[in-house]
Amino acid sequence: MTDSAVPSLAIALALAMALAGCEREMRRFETPPDNQASPSPQAPRTSSLQPAGPRDDPVRLPAGNGQGYEDNAYSVSQGKRLYRWYNCAGCHAQGGGGMGPALTDDQWRYGSEPAQIFSTIVQGRPNGMPSFGGHLNEDQVWQLTAYVRSMSGQLRKDVAPGRGDTLQANEPEAARDPEPARPGTK
Amino acid sequence: MDSLHHVLAPFGPQAGHVHALWMLTLAVCGLVFAAVLAALLIALMRAGRGNAQSAPDLSTVGRPEPGRRHAVAAALAASTLLLLVLIAASIFTDRALARMSTDGALRLEVTAHQWWWEVRYVEPQVADSFITANEIHVPTGRPVIVTLKADDVIHSFWVPSLAGKKDLIPGRTTTMNFRADREGVYRGQCAEFCGSQHALMAFFVVADAPERYQAWAAAQRSPAPEPPPGPPLRGREIFMRSSCAMCHAIDGTPAQAVRGPNLTHMASRGTLAAGSLSNTPDDLKRWIADPQQIKPGTYMPATQLSSEDMDALVGYLQTLR
Repeated sequence: MTDSAVPSLAIALALAMALAGCEREMRRFETPPDNQASPSPQAPRTSSLQPAGPRDDPVRLPAGNGQGYEDNAYSVSQGKRLYRWYNCAGCHAQGGGGMGPALTDDQWRYGSEPAQIFSTIVQGRPNGMPSFGGHLNEDQVWQLTAYVRSMSGQLRKDVAPGRGDTLQANEPEAARDPEPARPGTK
Repeated sequence: MDSLHHVLAPFGPQAGHVHALWMLTLAVCGLVFAAVLAALLIALMRAGRGNAQSAPDLSTVGRPEPGRRHAVAAALAASTLLLLVLIAASIFTDRALARMSTDGALRLEVTAHQWWWEVRYVEPQVADSFITANEIHVPTGRPVIVTLKADDVIHSFWVPSLAGKKDLIPGRTTTMNFRADREGVYRGQCAEFCGSQHALMAFFVVADAPERYQAWAAAQRSPAPEPPPGPPLRGREIFMRSSCAMCHAIDGTPAQAVRGPNLTHMASRGTLAAGSLSNTPDDLKRWIADPQQIKPGTYMPATQLSSEDMDALVGYLQTLR
């Protein structure tokens, strides 16, 4: 190879790498206003279980279906951190289930659509799932929802987290194959 | 918080022994270093000289130097002897530390988390035990036995003015003991890299006269006081209704979670977030509103509150003395 070929080859390589990065994601720098369209809190809580001070105020149901969160890698990774910080793993472990049902399979008792998962988190569900409506803000609930969906490989591989902040016993979410979700089964 | 953090200023017998060993090691190693440098200088001065015009005299290079066997033997003997002295001193220091009395010791259980310290005061009566965070109060003149545990990764417990370092290893229990003979506030620090906020993982050992310690311990055992009506009472409601209660415990209230530090008497502590901030209302507000700004990666999510709610919440937390 001649000396003059080296710089042009390096430039071509850099261009190829830059091009490869273009399709990674549409980065949004503000919170997607996904739930602002929902008029007012109106849905009752399904579970009276709650951390510390119980609230009986109604919760707001999701207006959309989590648009803007599921295609945003930052939101999903933030959801992964919230999943640990708020100790969702206390019941659901790292998705394999424990005291609560597993989240990495295709069995969804109360639906696997983002809006259904959002409702499950804010309203709670019978037999143990506390209602977190008002304890978390809605942005955080959507981030958690997006992450929970990534646990069973429902999100695009370039959006799902490829690593964890802490030790993780199973493979990264980005490496999981999507299980065909069967809403309403079981 | 004014505190002592000085490796060369021992304020307890454990640190004193380690300090004496260190001084001896410094003296011996300094002596050997000086001797080696002196030998080098002598060799350089005796070496054959040359200049740009004439080459140096190298005629002696191939011949063994007569009469130097004694010097080499003496140096070897001195090195061996000094090394033995250091080994013996190390063993005696270790023995002295191991034989120190722990009669009537105060028992603590310290669990390290990324990135804060949980301190449980273990009393014979379980009901007398209590939990604090990032601040260890001990009585002067009384031995303290610390049981060390880790929650996530390897940390290291180090209060240089009181004792040497000891690692906290997940799944293993280790112990160390120390005694503070002088009243004061001693700074401690995690001494093993444990993640991005390792540097912001400090704690304080407050050594008080036994009576003051007893008074402090009695106050720590009591549940949180009932807040006065008005904003503080509303602040407690906000605490219970928002995400705070999902991780923190305040004794005497429904908040009983153990993910984060116990806040029952948080206003009596000198710092917030393991020594990262001083415990003032303004810093507390900054910390609650956006902890990730101050300590990126900390397991505390941001809590969005209106400014009246934030004032009420911080007003309530200030009553937790």
